[in-house]
Amino acid sequence: MKTIADIMAIRERMQSEIIIRDNTDSSTETRVVVGMATCGINAGAREVFNTLIEEVSTRLLKNTKVIRSGSIDASGFEPVVEIYAPNGEKVTYAKVDVEKAKKIVEEHLVNGKVIDEYLISKK
Amino acid sequence: MFKNHVLVCGGTGCHSNRSSEIYKEFQNQLIEKGLEKDVQMVLTGCFGLCAAGPVIIVYPEGAFYSKVKIEDVTEIIDEHIIKGRIVERLLHEDESGKETEPVQALSDTNFYKRQTRVALRNCGVINPEDIDEYIAYDGYQALIKCLTELKPQEIIDIVKQSGIRGRGGAGFPTGMKWQFTHDAVGDEKYVCCNADEGDPGAFMDRSVLEGDPHAVLEAMTIAAYAIGGTQGYIYVRAEYPIAVQRLQIAINQAREYGLLGKNILNTGFSFDIDIRLGAGAFVCGEETALIMSIEGNRGEPNPKPPFPANKGLFGKPTLLNNVETYANIPQIILKGAEWFSAMGTEKSKGTKVFALGGKIVNTGLVEVPMGTTLREVVEEIGGGIPNGKKFKAAQMGGPSGGCIPEEHLDVPIDFDSLTKIGAMMGSGGLIVMDEDTCMVDIAKFFLEFTVDESCGKCTPCRICTKRLLEMLTKITEGTATLEDIDKMEKLCYYIKDNALCGLGQTAPNPVLSTIRYFRDEYIAHVVDKKCPAHVCKKLSSYVITDKCIGCSLCSRKCPVNAISGVIKQKFVIDQAKCIKCGACVDSCKFKAIVKE
Repeated sequence: MKTIADIMAIRERMQSEIIIRDNTDSSTETRVVVGMATCGINAGAREVFNTLIEEVSTRLLKNTKVIRSGSIDASGFEPVVEIYAPNGEKVTYAKVDVEKAKKIVEEHLVNGKVIDEYLISKK
Repeated sequence: MFKNHVLVCGGTGCHSNRSSEIYKEFQNQLIEKGLEKDVQMVLTGCFGLCAAGPVIIVYPEGAFYSKVKIEDVTEIIDEHIIKGRIVERLLHEDESGKETEPVQALSDTNFYKRQTRVALRNCGVINPEDIDEYIAYDGYQALIKCLTELKPQEIIDIVKQSGIRGRGGAGFPTGMKWQFTHDAVGDEKYVCCNADEGDPGAFMDRSVLEGDPHAVLEAMTIAAYAIGGTQGYIYVRAEYPIAVQRLQIAINQAREYGLLGKNILNTGFSFDIDIRLGAGAFVCGEETALIMSIEGNRGEPNPKPPFPANKGLFGKPTLLNNVETYANIPQIILKGAEWFSAMGTEKSKGTKVFALGGKIVNTGLVEVPMGTTLREVVEEIGGGIPNGKKFKAAQMGGPSGGCIPEEHLDVPIDFDSLTKIGAMMGSGGLIVMDEDTCMVDIAKFFLEFTVDESCGKCTPCRICTKRLLEMLTKITEGTATLEDIDKMEKLCYYIKDNALCGLGQTAPNPVLSTIRYFRDEYIAHVVDKKCPAHVCKKLSSYVITDKCIGCSLCSRKCPVNAISGVIKQKFVIDQAKCIKCGACVDSCKFKAIVKE
């Protein structure tokens, strides 16, 4: 037997688990792309991807999609994370690790500030 | 935390294509590969695109894979989930656009782009067997709002203002029904859900129950609070095993959470729901017959009035709505009457779910705003007619509805426009027919159905539909006269005026509408003794043309030895012996046998 507060708590808890399935509005979506070719995986791209997913989910960032790509051609700079703003503007971060990934979510995705020191390019 | 969500469609269509085995294979391989903590597997309700089944979506990318086989599971896990490389060859190819090209996301397909999903909003999105997922997508929020903020009359007013009309077929304003049941006096009141979906080719209600059962439970509880109901029944066909199972799971979970039963969420309001299985009689979809059946009696209709709102189940005031109607209610409460009434046309608000079937590329489930034209549904969402054939007509409303010919393709789909052209909204079955369809044969098909399903209580339905079928059969056999067509029309109107229930009153509709729009086809059968579509067996014959090289293959395939000839010369078919089975056509390698 649950109370109204219990139902609200379940709803709250479940939000972070389902946000990954949100693809309702692709025109206002920020896409976070992790290069996951073999060289990327060897350099630790999987851990970066996992961290990004966790951070985006727990922070309930709507319209933010973390996805993988097999082909970001930037050997030597792996793991690479590209962030596409809804307007098409792209920012590329190089040699990302778990700590940097957390920082990217906090600074770039939440506060909207590009972290210059991690950048490979800014187109 | 799960890094990937793999959604496998578990609707009946995909289930028949072994989607639940694919689901199990995923689970097994994930455990084998030590990935079960990274990947959440979800067996959902119907995605809608049944023709492309089994369908799977892999998140976070949202890659939409169609026609997946068990053998493909390894590749999806190894390539997509482990290496992050989308398996391009399995991506769905969008056939509804002008070009065939693989699309990545479900929402990018032409099939989905033009849809507005209200009743189906959770179908293919959540795990219907997990109440927490329903709660995550705002489930039971509408109920909480009703129990804590709204008075019963305020809820009824919202439903009235939304303008929603019953989705079961007749289109009666839902809010009025709620008001009547609310105003009726009775020591007990019932809230029932009609899930006895019996029209051939219709599967809207089944999909809602399979994909989002809690939405129906929530809506029924809201209705019970609004009208003063104490007990609910969902009358569902026994032929829908998956829907019944998921409903039962949902009811159990809701009871466990205290969302059904005594003192719901500690608010003092009590209401419970039970399932009643229908034994497969079409007439039990008619409300008075359905009530008889729940009571344990033979499923036969009763004259109205009294209406169920005053004297329904066990003689008590009863609210009876269709599955799809209920599925809209929580959204109306949460988003408001204005939000709902902004969709649709002047007198038909909101959206409508259609089950697209027949000669159409994207067989499946679609939900569009009222007022969308049939052309948009058939050509743009449905992807048109396969094999380059021409559209001939669409049957709307099943055996109670009528056909819509090409000239009316641009009529907006709403209750009143459809009635005006002799069809009806019906529950939402939409069967598309191409140039190879004989309209007399189609009318005969639907009438055979109603003759079979007539309960026999009233004479107009029991006897007159049988006579009508006999006349139709005469036409398809070439033994009718023009007078018979006129007689048929008269008989149709007689049945409409005199039958006891909706089933009988609407039974002649397929005949009337095909006569109205395709009278020339009827005349061709009667006067020329020809079936223009070459469907009616007695009026068509197989003929061997000059393309025949005399190989004798067809004569060996013929089960009645009707084909004879000399090797290397043209063979002939003895029309007196021929049973028109078509085996010769399939056997001929030179396409020398044609139907005339």
